[in-house]
Amino acid sequence: MLLNQFLFLAAVLFCIGVYGVLARRNAVLVLASIELMLNAVNINLVAFGAYRHNIAGQVFALFVITIAAAEVGVGLAIVVLIFRNRASIALDDADLMKG
Amino acid sequence: MIAAVAQVQPGQPLQLPHVDWVTIGPAGIFFVGGLAMLLAGVFLRRRVPRGLWSGTTVVIAVLALWPAFHLWHQIASGGARTAIADAVVVDGFSIFIDVVIISAVVMAALLTDGYLRRENLEGTEFYVLMLFSASGGMLMASANDLIVVFLGLEILSIALYTLAGFQQRREGSQEAAIKYFVLGAFSSAFFLYGIALVYGSTGSTNLGVIADFLRTNSLTNGLLLGGFALLIVGLGFKVAAVPFHMWTPDVYQGSPTPATAFMAAVAKAAGFAALLRLFVSTFNTYRLDWQPIVWALAVLSLLVGSVLAVVQTDVKRMLAYSSIAHAGYVLVGFQTASNRGVAGALFYLFAYAFMIVGSFAVVTLVSGRGDTDASLDAFRGLSSRRPALAFVFTIFLLAQTGVPLTSGFLAKFYVISAAVEAHSYALAIIAMIAAVIAAFFYLRLIVVMYMAAPAAEGEEAAPTARIPIAVGAGMSLTIAVGFTLVVGFLPASVFDFARHATLLKL
Amino acid sequence: MVHLVWLLPALPLAGFLLLLLSGRRLGDPRAGWLGTTMVAGSFAAAALVTAGLYLRAPEHRVVTQTLFDWIPVGGLHVPLAFRVDQLSMVMALFVTGVSTLIHLYSIGYMHGDDRYPTFFVYLNLFVFSMLMLVLADNFLVTFLGWEGVGACSYFLVSFWFERNTAAVAGKKAFVTNRVGDFGFLLGMFLIFAHFGSLDYGAVLGHAGSISSETATAIGLLLFLGAVGKSAQLPLYIWLPDAMEGPTPVSALIHAATMVTAGVFLMARINPILAHGPAAGTTIAIIGALTAFYAATIACAQDDIKKVLAYSTISQLGYMFLAVGSAAYVAAIFHMVTHAFFKALLFLGAGSVMHGMHDEQDMKRMGALRKWMPITSATFIVAWLAIAGVPPFAGFWSKDEILVNAWDKSKLLWGVGVVTALLTAYYMSRQVFLVFFGRPRWQEAADEKAPAEAEAQPEHEPAATEGATTPTGAHGDFRPHESPWTMALPLVALALLAAFGGLLNLPLNHSTEFLTKWLDPVFGSRLHEVTASTGTKWVLFAITVVLVLVGIAVAYAVYLAHRVREQEVEPAVLRHAWYFNDFVSALVSGPIRLFGAWSAYVFDRRIIDGAVNGVATLVRDTGTSVRRLQTGFVRNYALAVAGGAVLLVAFVVARTA
Repeated sequence: MLLNQFLFLAAVLFCIGVYGVLARRNAVLVLASIELMLNAVNINLVAFGAYRHNIAGQVFALFVITIAAAEVGVGLAIVVLIFRNRASIALDDADLMKG
Repeated sequence: MIAAVAQVQPGQPLQLPHVDWVTIGPAGIFFVGGLAMLLAGVFLRRRVPRGLWSGTTVVIAVLALWPAFHLWHQIASGGARTAIADAVVVDGFSIFIDVVIISAVVMAALLTDGYLRRENLEGTEFYVLMLFSASGGMLMASANDLIVVFLGLEILSIALYTLAGFQQRREGSQEAAIKYFVLGAFSSAFFLYGIALVYGSTGSTNLGVIADFLRTNSLTNGLLLGGFALLIVGLGFKVAAVPFHMWTPDVYQGSPTPATAFMAAVAKAAGFAALLRLFVSTFNTYRLDWQPIVWALAVLSLLVGSVLAVVQTDVKRMLAYSSIAHAGYVLVGFQTASNRGVAGALFYLFAYAFMIVGSFAVVTLVSGRGDTDASLDAFRGLSSRRPALAFVFTIFLLAQTGVPLTSGFLAKFYVISAAVEAHSYALAIIAMIAAVIAAFFYLRLIVVMYMAAPAAEGEEAAPTARIPIAVGAGMSLTIAVGFTLVVGFLPASVFDFARHATLLKL
Repeated sequence: MVHLVWLLPALPLAGFLLLLLSGRRLGDPRAGWLGTTMVAGSFAAAALVTAGLYLRAPEHRVVTQTLFDWIPVGGLHVPLAFRVDQLSMVMALFVTGVSTLIHLYSIGYMHGDDRYPTFFVYLNLFVFSMLMLVLADNFLVTFLGWEGVGACSYFLVSFWFERNTAAVAGKKAFVTNRVGDFGFLLGMFLIFAHFGSLDYGAVLGHAGSISSETATAIGLLLFLGAVGKSAQLPLYIWLPDAMEGPTPVSALIHAATMVTAGVFLMARINPILAHGPAAGTTIAIIGALTAFYAATIACAQDDIKKVLAYSTISQLGYMFLAVGSAAYVAAIFHMVTHAFFKALLFLGAGSVMHGMHDEQDMKRMGALRKWMPITSATFIVAWLAIAGVPPFAGFWSKDEILVNAWDKSKLLWGVGVVTALLTAYYMSRQVFLVFFGRPRWQEAADEKAPAEAEAQPEHEPAATEGATTPTGAHGDFRPHESPWTMALPLVALALLAAFGGLLNLPLNHSTEFLTKWLDPVFGSRLHEVTASTGTKWVLFAITVVLVLVGIAVAYAVYLAHRVREQEVEPAVLRHAWYFNDFVSALVSGPIRLFGAWSAYVFDRRIIDGAVNGVATLVRDTGTSVRRLQTGFVRNYALAVAGGAVLLVAFVVARTA
């Protein structure tokens, strides 16, 4: 089985996600980038599980999907809260505290 | 847990894994208690006597002590063990962290009561979130499977994001929530990547299996070590170790102060619990590979935390930086990977929980309605307005400085002596230099409180507003200052507790 | 009786608690009397315990008393325990004795202060901590006392915190002492790592079991602690600033007791020092250098307390010179006599300031002996004692140190002897400026009110032999003698300063009481003087001659000055001029210049600069690093990602 190709794909996706978090200002896009990172890891988990004929990786991926959903729920709620207050979802606007 | 799933073959009767509920008793009581309170809150809204929810939380926390106590005795007689299909572990270490978390919850809950009333935010949600978050922390402490570590981490974190943003209308609180959330989720992804790499290179998520595997196989590829590095990133973020600390000052400053107190104590204890369990116990055979990393994190945390705290003018922010430095001290104990180092780190976490919750409790009271002013000026001349408050704050600050006869001195003493014993002389010296630098700003705060020089030109005069101290906050402060002093005078029992709170040998 | 030792710290502790609870109600002066009684009780207990110890057979003169298990360290438990032996009782006796006198003095001195009871709260806490320090049976309890006296010192230095300088001085003391503590702690960790114990009995008894390098390292680290606490080069800077505190504090903490804690610690760990000889040499060199350096500065000070502060640093340098030469008894002896005469000098200075309405500039004093007979008489006794004029106490102890230094190194002896000359000079200068000559406080008053001054004929009241009261623009201004609570301690200390030498007269072995008493503590590690009796006499004579030269020089400069002005006896004047030229060439020239230079350039710029520099460095680093904390989430995420990349790169590099 081709393991390295899957690992490579996952690494690339993960890096795209990291880039998204670092480069995007829009909070929703940042959330999407984080999702991308988590799913890149899911590819890893499933690939490793399949490679080792071990179900744990796939089960773990399911856990991750569930938790990611919960996380995004909370994240979007916070974004909505901020949007109501400031009419903006640019993360760079949240810089009251620094130094 | 996973092993159990994998064993069920078609055509065979279903064998449910045996669940020994007592082993996750403390976390379970917190979780169930939180659910019950959430429901009760829906039905009893607006018709509750003062302090009911806070009281209930304290009762739930104290109830959770019972299984902890029971398990401690079981371990003392029968030894540490794993349970629930090897997914969790019951050892002195997990019980110790449970006790630290329970203490923090009790103090934070007492403090929250008056705070919520002051802010007109009464309700169960704050307490429920605290209980859930704490149950996640406890799960992390007793996890014996990477999946459980991850679950615990997320339960802890998601509730904390919400707590940080609890003051929905205040921009600071919102900002704290979004920053904490984005960075927390970001670092969780790194943590998860680390788990995937460790799983891939060892073939299991179970810590016992991984430890066995690592003992018998010597892996030289970068996959496993890369996994270690990424696990450190994720957990280093939770415990606020430099360079993963940058969220700390902003989030601590913006969050509602009782939430800050809670997260400072609980997130740090839980994060370190997972770090110690994973690295000192499971990855022990590879310690020569991860010790340099922890060494570097310790040095950076000590120096950056202390130096940046010196230039702060906001007390909440200053305490945030000092908590980064405190993480550095715990890392010093962690770095030794020895029994004494772990005991020192545990003692530090215990002492730290009391002094940090106490410190933030004082800040809660002084900063006033809406957490408006926690600047140094707000503390000017506190000794004449509220002598008792200034006195207890002085005790907490002295404890954080590491002055003898407070718990803080012994905490530093134990970790640094463990480092000297492990021949990490450079680290011990740096830790003490950091303590000298830190003495600067703790002392400055004490001076401001006690020696309110007549305001120079251009300065504002010392504030004169009355500071009400709610009953709960008073109790919380009493507990915190009591432990800080008693442990400082007679540390024997706590230290013996920490010394016997060993990790299960995997 | 020996088992009463717990009473020693317990009484001041009780005093501290009582005063803390009811100090305000007791008020002025009853709070002071309560504090004094407690310390006096402690002194009585110390005397009883010492008597009990004396009555025991010499081989049973080490008694430890464990109160309770205090701190678990590893598998061991460090108890809160006291060690009663010859050394700790000598310390306890003089600490409680001098403390009692200074408490008594403070009753009068602090009279009328707003925070009178608070002062005694701190003072009692200080005595308690100091007793913990000297009576401890292990390093950790000593460290507890060590920190305690430090804390009390900061509180008391900044007691008058309304003065900004006082608050700054307190802070400086805190920070420099942290540097010292850091050495103490590291030394302690090293001891624990090598001996597995912190008990004095266990550690000192097995000092031979470690390598010589380790012993040197431990000795030097603990010495770093001593350097901080006992104000030696280069950490001495806090002590002159600490003079912002009330004068009894300067006398008690910054002259007699706390600052000698470093010397005590070095004497306590003498087996370790004996095992690591490099440490001893370093200690001797630092001590000699500090003694000389501080003495030169003292020559150029005008503030009455600053002279004494630098003098204290210099005398502490002598004690370290003795410790470094393995002359522990001489160090302890000098510590005790120094406590007597330096406390007396400070209290005398306090009495002068009290009488002069808080004037501290010696150039604005003069001729005070006419108005303050008791103060001046006792001050003169102290002066003769510190200058080293036989047969006053300071002569004997200083001579013993110098003889031992001769054995250690001729060069160190030379430095010590020159310092003796300087000591005699600057102390004489102080005495002449303050108590002799013509009164100059009127000029000071005139300077303050130049308009009124014109109406006054200059020097008129002073010129007439004290018969008339100096009345001037400020008619109510007149130096006065202090009340009896202040005068009594002066007299008692003067007696001690005069006859303290009796403790250890080097006439023959039977009169060396202190040496005999302390012998079991130091044993063979104590240096036996090898110089012949003839050499000793020569050294002795050289010292005395130099001391007299110092006094004569000061006389010529500061009193002969008056002679010239009044133009009596021209021949003598010419002679004095000649001498004065010589002196101004020597003393006012290079030496004074060096004094001034070291005081203002080295002291202020370099050493102060170093401390401030470190503070500034920390602050500047903080200010620039905090700019990284931009407040933008993306930058924070970048730090996390960057950290992750670094860590992964590190581990990958390891596997490659």
